[in-house]
Amino acid sequence: MNLNDLPAGANTDHQLTIAGKTYDSKLLVGTGKYKDFQETRDAVVASGTGIVTVTVRRVNIGQHQDEPNLLDFVPPGEFTILPNTGGCYNAADAVYTLQMAREMLGGHSLCKLEVLGDEKTLFPNMPETLKAAETLIKDGFDVMVYCSDDPIQAKMLEDMGCVAIMPLASLIGSGMGILNPWNLSLIIEQTQVPVIVDAGVGTASDAAIAMELGCDGVLMNTAIAKARDPIRMALAMRDAVRAGRNAYLAGRMPRRFAASPSSPMAGLIT
Amino acid sequence: MNAIQIELNGRPHPADANVTLQELVAKLGLSGKSLAISINREVIKRSDWSNRRLKTADRIEIVHAIGGG
Repeated sequence: MNLNDLPAGANTDHQLTIAGKTYDSKLLVGTGKYKDFQETRDAVVASGTGIVTVTVRRVNIGQHQDEPNLLDFVPPGEFTILPNTGGCYNAADAVYTLQMAREMLGGHSLCKLEVLGDEKTLFPNMPETLKAAETLIKDGFDVMVYCSDDPIQAKMLEDMGCVAIMPLASLIGSGMGILNPWNLSLIIEQTQVPVIVDAGVGTASDAAIAMELGCDGVLMNTAIAKARDPIRMALAMRDAVRAGRNAYLAGRMPRRFAASPSSPMAGLIT
Repeated sequence: MNAIQIELNGRPHPADANVTLQELVAKLGLSGKSLAISINREVIKRSDWSNRRLKTADRIEIVHAIGGG
């Protein structure tokens, strides 16, 4: 067999399809917390992602009218822009924010819904998330939803028509990694739409673990933006997501308590 | 032309009576930028900016995309 014949070369193994559109990477990245827009762009490009999250905020009136715009650096023609509702603590604000985002992006319906519970944990407020998801879906949005890792509420969101279920692995921006792989596995097992770990990934091994569990993708921001070298970390995350996916598809060896020699004992020279 | 008082992104802002949203955007130097605008939390489509006239006490919100996760 030659390298080119290896199954790992099959690109479809690393694609992600959301709401009928296929992307070449299972990694989704945020654009917050970077030094400047150029560093944002460089990290986004290095990550190999096709989907980039942004947030919606008031324009500074009368100030810096010529200042560069984020969308000049990550243009909608090059990436799928995923507007989020970061900072929203109730359903009404989240719905309004995404209606504004849809108008800003020329009618684009894909969105990331996150309704937060409190400032300390940024944990999702699930009753408000469910309420907002229902309103947005009725209004024609394709809703990717940040949620708790509760399989029952994840199922409710899927049944409602969300196009991706995005449970947190640990608190947003905490970098604590995958804290409850068992709950994530329950959600992955029961869900027909993509399951994307959103929040909590701290380094490449966390992304690989998420993918080894069988996630369809990983969404991250701080892990790349706040690395000492964001561009290199973006490369590491790109590789980790692919490595984790390959490991999942390969199927890991069973764990065993006893050692088992890799070299045969027969013919041992003494 | 009479002046009216509107609220623009949370702050009081003077505007000419009967000014359109399109004219307000131009005056603010924001023409051609990637924006969305609401009046009293109703999203106004870009195609309607030129025929939507502002009234006193209208709450205008103009937003754009910034970095976020």
